[in-house]
Amino acid sequence: MKKKLTTVVFRGTPEQEEKLIAAIDKYKGVKGAMMPILQEAQSIYGYLPIEVQKIIAERTGVSLEEIYGIASFYAQFKLNPDGEVAVAVCLGTACYVKGSGQIIEEVSKQLNVAVGSTSPDGRYSLEATRCIGACGLAPVMTINGEVYGRLTVAEVAGILEKYR
Amino acid sequence: MKSIQELSEIRDRMKQAMVIRKGTEKSYDAVAGQGSVRSQVLICGGTGCTSSGSVNIHKALDEELERRGLQDQVKVVQTGCFGLCANGPIMIIYPEGTFYSHVKVEDVPEIVSEHLLGGRSVDRLLHKEKVDGVLTTIPSLADTGFYKKQHRVALRNCGAIDPENIDEYIGTDGYQALAKVLTQMTPQQVIDTVLASGLRGRGGAGFPTGRKWQFAANQPAGKKYVVCNADEGDPGAFMDRSVLEGDPHAVLEAMAIAGYAIGADEGYIYVRAEYPIAVHRLQVAIAQAREYGLLGQDIFGTGFNFDITLRLGAGAFVCGEETALLTSIEGNRGEPHPRPPFPAVKGLFGKPTIINNVETYANVAQIINNGAAWFSAMGTEKSKGTKVFALGGKIVNTGLVEIPMGTTLREIIDDIGGGIPNGKKFKAAQTGGPSGGCIPARFLDTPIDYDNLLAIGSMMGSGGLIVMDEDNCMVDIAHFFLEFTVDESCGKCTPCRVGTRRLLEILEKIISGNGEMEDLDRMEELCRYIKEGSACGLGQTAPNPVIATMKYFRDEYIAHIVDKTCPAGVCKKLLRYSIDPEKCIGCGKCARNCPNEAIVRTDYIAPGHKLASMQILAEKCVKCGACMSGCKFDAISKS
Amino acid sequence: METVNVKINGRDYVVPANATVLEAARAAKIDIPTLCYLKDINEIGACRLCLVEVSEGGRPFRMVTACVYPVTDGMEIKTNTPKIIASRKMNLELLLSNHDKKCLECVRSTNCELQTLCRQYGVSESRFQGATNHYTIDDKTPIIRDNNKCILCRRCVAVCGKVQGVGVIGANDRGFDTHIASAFENPLAATSCINCGQCIVNCPVGALYERDDTEKVFEALANPDKHVLICTAPSVRAQIGECFGYEPGTDCEGKMVAALRALGFEGVYDMNLTADLTIVEEATELVGRIQGGGALPMITSCSPGWIKFCEHYFPEMTENLSTCKSPQQMFGAVVKTYYAQKMGWNPEDILFVSAIPCTAKKFEVGRPDQSAAGNGIPDVDVAITTREVGRMIQKAGIDFRHLEDEAFDAPFDIGSGAGAIFGATGGVMEAALRYAAELILHTKLEKVDFPEVRGTEGIKVAAYKLGDLTVRVAVASGTGNAKELLNKVKSGELDVQFIEIMACPGGCVNGGGQPIQPAHVRASVDLRAVRAAVLYNDDSLNNLRKSQDNLAVQKLYDEFFGQPNSEKAHHILHTSYIKRGL
Repeated sequence: MKKKLTTVVFRGTPEQEEKLIAAIDKYKGVKGAMMPILQEAQSIYGYLPIEVQKIIAERTGVSLEEIYGIASFYAQFKLNPDGEVAVAVCLGTACYVKGSGQIIEEVSKQLNVAVGSTSPDGRYSLEATRCIGACGLAPVMTINGEVYGRLTVAEVAGILEKYR
Repeated sequence: MKSIQELSEIRDRMKQAMVIRKGTEKSYDAVAGQGSVRSQVLICGGTGCTSSGSVNIHKALDEELERRGLQDQVKVVQTGCFGLCANGPIMIIYPEGTFYSHVKVEDVPEIVSEHLLGGRSVDRLLHKEKVDGVLTTIPSLADTGFYKKQHRVALRNCGAIDPENIDEYIGTDGYQALAKVLTQMTPQQVIDTVLASGLRGRGGAGFPTGRKWQFAANQPAGKKYVVCNADEGDPGAFMDRSVLEGDPHAVLEAMAIAGYAIGADEGYIYVRAEYPIAVHRLQVAIAQAREYGLLGQDIFGTGFNFDITLRLGAGAFVCGEETALLTSIEGNRGEPHPRPPFPAVKGLFGKPTIINNVETYANVAQIINNGAAWFSAMGTEKSKGTKVFALGGKIVNTGLVEIPMGTTLREIIDDIGGGIPNGKKFKAAQTGGPSGGCIPARFLDTPIDYDNLLAIGSMMGSGGLIVMDEDNCMVDIAHFFLEFTVDESCGKCTPCRVGTRRLLEILEKIISGNGEMEDLDRMEELCRYIKEGSACGLGQTAPNPVIATMKYFRDEYIAHIVDKTCPAGVCKKLLRYSIDPEKCIGCGKCARNCPNEAIVRTDYIAPGHKLASMQILAEKCVKCGACMSGCKFDAISKS
Repeated sequence: METVNVKINGRDYVVPANATVLEAARAAKIDIPTLCYLKDINEIGACRLCLVEVSEGGRPFRMVTACVYPVTDGMEIKTNTPKIIASRKMNLELLLSNHDKKCLECVRSTNCELQTLCRQYGVSESRFQGATNHYTIDDKTPIIRDNNKCILCRRCVAVCGKVQGVGVIGANDRGFDTHIASAFENPLAATSCINCGQCIVNCPVGALYERDDTEKVFEALANPDKHVLICTAPSVRAQIGECFGYEPGTDCEGKMVAALRALGFEGVYDMNLTADLTIVEEATELVGRIQGGGALPMITSCSPGWIKFCEHYFPEMTENLSTCKSPQQMFGAVVKTYYAQKMGWNPEDILFVSAIPCTAKKFEVGRPDQSAAGNGIPDVDVAITTREVGRMIQKAGIDFRHLEDEAFDAPFDIGSGAGAIFGATGGVMEAALRYAAELILHTKLEKVDFPEVRGTEGIKVAAYKLGDLTVRVAVASGTGNAKELLNKVKSGELDVQFIEIMACPGGCVNGGGQPIQPAHVRASVDLRAVRAAVLYNDDSLNNLRKSQDNLAVQKLYDEFFGQPNSEKAHHILHTSYIKRGL
């Protein structure tokens, strides 16, 4: 499992940092507290960007790499925040032969987001999914769970407009 | 709480309500101390029923009762899992013991007016099953085929008590075993009792629990730990989740007993973060136990201290392996480390540690209360007691069952599980998840215990039991489990990191129709190496699904490799879709559904039809199945 | 010592009761192949190459990892059954299936633990083709990481984190995608890596290596307008022989000088001389701080790995560092000022090379405030490691083993025994004590040995009474030990005035630029001690034992610097530091 690094600009607030520091300090002297600290940090920020991991490294004295090694090991730790608009394009066989490759390219171009990541402003995220079982509607994408089928490249911009 | 006296007072106060739920006392008149309560409604609050809406039913029922002014007469209890998840959401009303399944919010007013006020059961919600071939209504849960052959020890309180109310646990003799060991037994007597019971670890490998405890107890006095492995990660397994959701105090009590036995004062529960309900109930239970003084300093005034910390996993299957779990609690990547030293000698934070899984602990208090002989009377010669299985796959009653060791697979599938749906034929059962193997039909009558399962190439595992019928492809199943293991390999040791990946690639080659016979030899060699060479249980058992399917279903592999077909019609790349021109009316829906314009019209018009039939162009077909699922005339088939 | 009886391949042996199967077999002169195992440092049983069959208590044979599995009385061990050999071959095949197999161009070819095993087991290709991982090579620092060759033994990770206390590399992601890298896949240049190179000398394959700077040297040697000069650090002579098949611990000073001269260097100089110069400057600085006030404890500054470590991890203690440049930098500074003037050369026409046991010195040459000649002219142009020196000699076709011994060139040919022992942990301290004692006591020192600060121990503490003054000193080697020592100093637990710190465990003799010895040699030979013995031998055989008695050094002061710590000396021989933090 390879975790993608984020390009989302960090927008942590002083309040979040205060909370994080309080969370870290709560575990002072507690043995093996890195997992709960990371879990609390993720619940504060929604993900674990370098800015957050650095604060944890500084306050716990654990090396940044060791923390990153942990964060990249466990499936639940996220290095990318979910976009406010989460787009998923099906790249299952049926959708793929029907041109979902071009669809995902178009979405990527329209939103200026690489597949598997989140736009720097945190607004859009784009991912490729395995077959979602809607082959009859191929090619298919979902936006925040809503399904759009029988897509053409030309339609993509119009659909995305609704979420701008 | 200061004394055992107080504990017994709570038990006696609660006992009546608990007796009613046994279903043997059919009237409240016989039991004193219930105040104005005349009915108890138990609603399942396990994960299964919660996701099918039981919380809303609970809410609707509360509102309806209040509207009718019945809130003091009817007690509504949210319980853990009843087990029959296929029929959820589930509701049981005592004292009658009426069992309602598939309950919806809309049913609530009727249940209140008809059952709780009118005293008549709502027949359409009663459970029905075939008895001797006749569909029969079974009003009581205990009388269902699903329950009759079960024997609930670990699950005894699941679905019977409110897991968020410690008094209900105490009302079913909860914490009596802890009181007993602290005041009447030496640590060695506790270990001897567990040893004599024959209890073996329920997490997979089946190591005798008492021996584990003895090793840790034999270590020099000092800091020691008791750890509960609640990192249940097998796809399709949810035994531990149900115990934690339905009876969390049973685990806490057992851990305290274990702490006393080995001389530990601290425990950790490592639970999957994917189990939010279980986590919540554990938090509630730990807080309540602390408030009652059942965890903490000087328990029952005996000088024994024991407290428990909850640690959440973060999505790594390998953390179910004991050394990886400990590494994870210590705050690291969950990578296993070599044994010896075993955790009992050098475990958590370098101190002697025992690790047992949830189900193992769930048996302990009852062994103490009822005696080793009571426990060892159940089961087979080397596997005592009961085992909980999560029944899934092609079976009518999917859900959670607890059976005495030695029950046959046939009894589980046919009698408890209600058989295979749609009249399909049994092909195999998979136990032990990604670590286990599949059991073919010829072993259906083998009594299930640790040793028998190992002997036929599977393993007990933590208790996932997936039934497969003729529509399942065994090569595909092997691929499915191996893909899971590859995803979950920690990457530390070579055989597992690289070997399982290469094994998976060969399987992918075979299911894509590119396999060669030599691949079978290569796979066998790889399997052997990964099994013997891997560092931990994950890698050592990873090839099991492949080994077992190659052993029992070699013909399916050969069909994929030589004939380039998937006999079960599962492996997409080997499928052929075809249209029966006699059945096809030529409506053209299939062509419209086809994502790749692979369906064209022929010039043949079948007798009695107006339009020419359709035809699938094999070279363009992507085998998505969209045509077949859309055809109303059953004209499309796959082979 | 408690012992147990074991049977290895059918023969009986008595072995220590606390031995592992691997140790027992090696004691019986039977080797078991390993890749991830590093004694006391990385005992993780991950590579699975050392699997052997054992039987205990008469139970059936089963496979265990020899490197971590303890022996028990009566154990039967089989190390070479067909099953074991098949398992080793399979292991190698699997490793190769995700390895770039570019042996021909690999710097570690013929000295690669994986390649050696593949040759022994006849494995050249894997029968298991499939997905392979592709990684970008991180080559922006003197330490180059190429994950395409990495076999994930994690020896580098253990050394970086556990031994050196740096921990900038570790395992990222998991499963088949597991790889060694820094946090957020940053290049080493963006981390607090100290360039010590301990990862390199512990890597079994070619996944870690130094930046090769020999091309620059060959080019300059071919340029008739350049004065190409080289000085060699104290410990290079003690290790260069290992590049040519000599046993560790063979002194090859004479052959080394001859080979360098054969390569075409106009001047081949002894860095022991500027080691002496460092002592005079540094000990004067110390006595000045003790008597006149200044940040104490004062800490040595000759190890550039340690300097960067201090700047990252103890930025608040950079005032405690001696301001003296390292012997390498002092040499370059002297050559490009004093010697250039003397010879009438434009310093820009000099290419000054240092041969060093160290990868951090490659970083040091580019540090700010290391330009005595001004105009951005670096004190040292190129720093090449012992390994690179060895490669240059091989590439030039020089028959090292058959060279006649030759001597260093004047005027930089004199080095004291005190300068020689700079290459071993405690050596700088001892050399400084020999000088400081005379400076404080104003008498000739009779006994010049200070054995308390010798030896491979990670942390050493001693106190010496010099007249009315008690000088309390401490020595640490390996930055992990340095961290421990400095934390004690910071907490007040330890009160000392002078500390010597070397970044590499055992000092420069075990530096990150030294010839690479495979793990099985490292397990059986204490390289730190064996190599250091060469230097202590040099010292004891040298008529000149004290830096202050070095006439070449005295001449430098007479002709150029005036007094130790003079303004001119400060300008040319001293430097400044950066508070980097993490």
